[in-house]
Amino acid sequence: MTRALLAILWRDIMRLLRGGKGGAGGGAVLPVLFFLAVAMIFPFAVGPDARLLARVGGGVIWVAALLAAILPLDRLVAPDLEMGFFDQWRLRGIAEEWVIAVRMVAHWLSFGPALMLATLPAGALLGLDGHMLKMVELGLGAGTPGLAALGVMVAAVTAGLRGGAALAGLLVIPLAVPILIFGAGALASGGTAGLALCAAASLVLVALAPFAGGAAVRGAR
Amino acid sequence: MQASGLTAWELCCRRGDRWLFHGLDLALVPGDAMHLVGANGAGKSSLMRILAGLTPPSPMLLPEGAARVGTITWQGRVAMIDERLSLDPGQPLGKALDFWARIDGVSPQAAEAHAALLGITSLMDVPVAYLSTGQKKRAGLARLLGQNAGNWLLDEPLNGLDVAGVALIEALIAEHRAAGGTAIVTSHQPLRMPDTSVVNLSHAGPKGARQIADEGRP
Repeated sequence: MTRALLAILWRDIMRLLRGGKGGAGGGAVLPVLFFLAVAMIFPFAVGPDARLLARVGGGVIWVAALLAAILPLDRLVAPDLEMGFFDQWRLRGIAEEWVIAVRMVAHWLSFGPALMLATLPAGALLGLDGHMLKMVELGLGAGTPGLAALGVMVAAVTAGLRGGAALAGLLVIPLAVPILIFGAGALASGGTAGLALCAAASLVLVALAPFAGGAAVRGAR
Repeated sequence: MQASGLTAWELCCRRGDRWLFHGLDLALVPGDAMHLVGANGAGKSSLMRILAGLTPPSPMLLPEGAARVGTITWQGRVAMIDERLSLDPGQPLGKALDFWARIDGVSPQAAEAHAALLGITSLMDVPVAYLSTGQKKRAGLARLLGQNAGNWLLDEPLNGLDVAGVALIEALIAEHRAAGGTAIVTSHQPLRMPDTSVVNLSHAGPKGARQIADEGRP
């Protein structure tokens, strides 16, 4: 069982890093570039007022992170369901819940750490000070696992549907609101209470996603 | 060889208000094989998926309006191939098969022997997406052999295979049965499987079953 799950985790990570159904496409680079592009374009839109940028910059990074996490949703679950991977795992007695839990970890590894690294240059572009940057990084550390769990869960729910990819993005955004409120809210208040609530919301999603996602995959067969 | 055998009672499958089969009983002992036949849409693949435990059987309608769900009991492990390959199309065949070999715990020597037996050794560097239909079928069989399961579910294994490939599958099934395994095969093409029970789903299909359904209606 452990051997099988490790093999699945390795395949998931390689597939998400390489990107695309057939190995082509941006993989993990694309969401990070997208994230940086959003952070970069924002000063152009609101003007070069450094004080204003520093005040809203943390929130911008959060929104950019959410959008970047949505990008790979269409290839998280649907291709494997289509190609019969989930059937073969079932035949080997590997429960869908395990596969979804593993995929959640792989999805987070493919965008979470990279996004937190990219936050450093993005923070510089937006003129965030040291304390603000620290709060954003801590918030992302607490919130991105929740975003990953949410992404995999919604990808599983929409996997069997036609046009599921577009729907998935639409579903993730409202469901990500609690993480966003507490994560970005911690920036305004400056305290750790927001961070703790963000981590709690994240934890709930991480705990629920394997079961919800597993049930969704079984239902989509 | 793994343990093998199947006992299935009262299997039903309903699509909309149409019964594909109703109250189907199947049994296999080690060495047995079953050939499922029937027209397109008769429910062969649906029965395969139900037997594999991938979809639940429909509840059986009883005369008094009650419902009962059929039971499926396998001895040993079950392996299945169908039209979906479950190999990453962008990966070279060798790596794509390696993924399943790691899960199934196949030794490199055994994997090589399976590849040689199926004639796909020279294709190991070719991306799965570039393989022909017949070559993909052979790759799927390599995955099946690696699983080392006592029971085989083969859904249209002959599609796209050349004459030599058909003979190879016949030989593989015969060998598998001789070693005490069971096989359930669907095929539209003729398949030489001596001493095999044939189940025709067209007879278990809409007409007869609809009567049962009507009787079962409260």
